[in-house]
Amino acid sequence: MKLHELKPGQKAVVRHLDMDHLPMKLIEMGCFPGSEVELILKAPLGDPYYLRIDGMPLCMRKDMAMQVHVELLNYGIHGN
Amino acid sequence: MEIKIALVGNPNVGKTSVFNKLTGLNQKVGNYPGITVDRKTGHTKINDTLKATLIDLPGIYSLQPASKDEEVVLETLFDPDNKYFPDLVVVVAEVENLKRNLLLFTQIKDLGFPVVLAINMADQLTVQGIDIHPRMLSEKLGAEVVLVSTRTGQGLPELKQAISRYAQADTRPVLDLTSVDADYFRSVDYKTWLSRSQGAHFEGVTVKEDELTPSDIKRLQQKETVKRYQVIQNILKETYSKDASKATGWQARADRILTHRVWGYLIFFVIMLLVFQAIFSWSAIPMDWIDGQFARLSAWVGAALPEGKFTELLAEGVVPGIGGVVIFIPQIAILFMFIAILEESGYMSRVVFLMDKIMRPFGLSGKSVVPLVSGVACAIPAIMSARNIENPRERLITMLVTPFATCSARIPVYVIIISLVIPEQTVLGFIGLQGLVMTVMYFLGFLAALLGAWLLKKVISATTRSYLLIEMPPYRRPQIGNVLNTMVEKTRAFVEGAGKIILALSILLWFLGSHGPADTFGNAEEMVAQNMEVQHLSEEELQDEVEGYKLRTSYIGMLGSGIEPVFRPLGYDWKVSIAVLTSFAAREVFVGNLATLYNIGSQGEEETRIVERMAKERRPDGSPMFDLATGISLLLFYAFAMQCISTVAIMRRETNSWKWTLIQMVFMTGLAYVSAMLAYNWLK
Repeated sequence: MKLHELKPGQKAVVRHLDMDHLPMKLIEMGCFPGSEVELILKAPLGDPYYLRIDGMPLCMRKDMAMQVHVELLNYGIHGN
Repeated sequence: MEIKIALVGNPNVGKTSVFNKLTGLNQKVGNYPGITVDRKTGHTKINDTLKATLIDLPGIYSLQPASKDEEVVLETLFDPDNKYFPDLVVVVAEVENLKRNLLLFTQIKDLGFPVVLAINMADQLTVQGIDIHPRMLSEKLGAEVVLVSTRTGQGLPELKQAISRYAQADTRPVLDLTSVDADYFRSVDYKTWLSRSQGAHFEGVTVKEDELTPSDIKRLQQKETVKRYQVIQNILKETYSKDASKATGWQARADRILTHRVWGYLIFFVIMLLVFQAIFSWSAIPMDWIDGQFARLSAWVGAALPEGKFTELLAEGVVPGIGGVVIFIPQIAILFMFIAILEESGYMSRVVFLMDKIMRPFGLSGKSVVPLVSGVACAIPAIMSARNIENPRERLITMLVTPFATCSARIPVYVIIISLVIPEQTVLGFIGLQGLVMTVMYFLGFLAALLGAWLLKKVISATTRSYLLIEMPPYRRPQIGNVLNTMVEKTRAFVEGAGKIILALSILLWFLGSHGPADTFGNAEEMVAQNMEVQHLSEEELQDEVEGYKLRTSYIGMLGSGIEPVFRPLGYDWKVSIAVLTSFAAREVFVGNLATLYNIGSQGEEETRIVERMAKERRPDGSPMFDLATGISLLLFYAFAMQCISTVAIMRRETNSWKWTLIQMVFMTGLAYVSAMLAYNWLK
C-alpha cells in the first residue's frame, strides 16, 4: 500500500521510500521507514495531502505520496 | 569582550522573534553578495563584561543545502575567515516539533561549535499537553538547554546566562558517524564529510580522494539522517512527552473549515478582498499627504534657492523623484503588514495547501498566489513577496508574470478610456456595461499572468524537480513586534534596493520632459503667440497653450512624435503616443499628460473635463479620435505592457539579472503591442 491510498483519519507506518524519485528533504522532515504517518486532510481538489508524521504536521503533493510505501495500522480510527 | 553568535533554526520556530527580543531595534539588514537572501545582524549585551553581535541566519531544515538560504548558512559556518563565523551557535527550536528541530541541532553541534538550544514557545506547553525535562535533555544532548517564550519573555535572561558560559561548552559530537558506515568514517570527520557530500570546497577543509559514487553519497546521506533521527528519538523518549488528545481540538476544527472545499476558498477570497480594500483605502490618505508634502517641498525649493539649472534639477527632478519612491511606502508597508499577520498566524500555509493544485499546471505553486494577488494593489511589494518561494524556477516565473495583475495605478487610465468608448448601458437589465468592462480588464490581467506562466514553463527548463514539502504550523496569535519588524524591513529593502533606480530614471524622464531644443522649446511663448489666434484667449488658456507646446517640443515630446509611426498601427496619434511613452514613469501620469497635451492642464484635471475634451478630439479625416477601436486598443495596451520603471527596478533587484528584467519588458510590451494592434485593426 502506498501513502496516497490512505483515507483521512487512517494511520500507517512507513515501510520503504523510493529514494530515486524523492528529495532528501523528505527524510529531513522526518519521513523515513519506521515513521508513523496519519492522513489528516486532502486538499479540496484531491492534492496536496496534509499529514502528520510522528505527530509533526507536513504537507506534500500526491506524486510524492505515491513513492512512499506504507503499512496500514489496522486499529485505525477506533483506538490510539 | 565581544563575541559573534549565529542564530540557526527551522522556519516557523520563532527564530526571528528571539533575534528581535535579544537585539531590540538595534539591528541591520543587509544582503548576501549576489543573492537576495537577507542578512540580519544586531547587537546585544550578554552581561556586564560580554557583548555580542548576533547574526540571524535564514531558517533551514538541514545543513544539506537545497536552497540559497541553506547555502548561506553552510558558508557562514564553514569558513573561519568568514566575517560572520560565530564563536557560538544558538539553535532555536519550538516545543511542538522538537524532534524535527533537533535534526539541525545535532548537525550544527557535530560541526564542533559550542551550541545553546533555545526551545521557544514554552508558553504553549500546557495548552499542547507537552512535558519537557530540560535538565535531562541538556545532559543527553551535551549542550545547554533553555526554555524560552518570546511571547511572555520567559527564559530570555537564562538564555543570556547560558550564552555567557559558551567557553565551557561540551563540543563532542552527538552522532557517532562510524555507526553510519564504520569503514568510511574511520578517517573522515563530519565537516569533511559535509564538504565531500556537497561537492563544495570550503576554506580549511581538505577532502581526500575516495571512491564514492554519487549514489553512494546519497545513500550515506540518507543513512546518516535516519541515524540522527534514531539518536534523537532515543533521547526524546526519556525527556519529552506529548498528550495527543490535548493537541488537536479547535486547531483541527479550524483546519477543517479553512481548507473546506467551499468555505476555504470563500474565506480566502473574502480575506484577500479585505486586504486590498485596506491597501486602497488606508494608503490613500498617507499617499495624498506625501504627494502634497513633496509638491510643497518642491515649490519651496524652487522659490527659496536662486534661480538656475541646479535649482530646477532639485525642485523639479530630484524632489519629485524622491517623492515617487516615498509614495509607494504606505502600500508596501500595509501589504507586508497583512502578509506578516497571515504568515505568523499560520494561515498562509493553508492558502498554499488550497491553491497548489490550481496553480501547478501553469508552472506555479501554491506559494505563487500571494504575489499574484498582491499585484492587484501594486507590483512592487508583490514581486518582493515572491521571495519565500524556494524553487528558483517557480519564483522566477511568478515574478515575471506578477506585473500582469491589474495594479491600482492603472485604474485612472481604465476609468477615462472606458467612460470615453463604452456606452453607459446595462446588460441583462442590471449589470452596468462600463463596470463589466472594468471587471473584464481585471480578469484579463490574471488570464495573461496564467497564460504567460504557462508559456514560461515551456521555455524555462527545470533544473531541479519541483516538489512541495511544507509544514502546517499551528494557528497562533501574531506578535505585533514581529509584524512591525517585517514592515520596517521590507520597506527599507524597497527604498534601498529599488529606490535608487526609480530616482535616477525619474530624473531622466523629468529632464527629457522639461528640456528641448532652444529654437522651439526655448521660445515656446513666442511660437505660440505667432502660430495661434491668441488674442481672444484668457491668460490661463494662453498658459495652457504654452504648456502643451512645451511638452510637444520637449525631448520626450520629440521622442513621442518620432515614435508615432510605431504606434500608428495601434491607432494612436502623436499626443496619445507621448502620453503612453511618458506613463512609463508611472501609470497614473497618462491622464495628467493627456490633460497637458489637450491644453486643459491648469483648469483642473477633473476626469469629466478631460473626457469631454477627449471626446471632441478628431482625426484629420474628421472621425473621432477616441472611438471604440482606439479605446480597446489602449485598454489592451495598458493591460499587458510592462507597467512602470519602478517595476523594472524591483525586478532587477529581485532577480539580480538584467537579462530576465529585459526579457520581461520586451515580452510584455510585445504582447501589449500585438494585441492592441490586432484589436484596433479588427474593430476599425
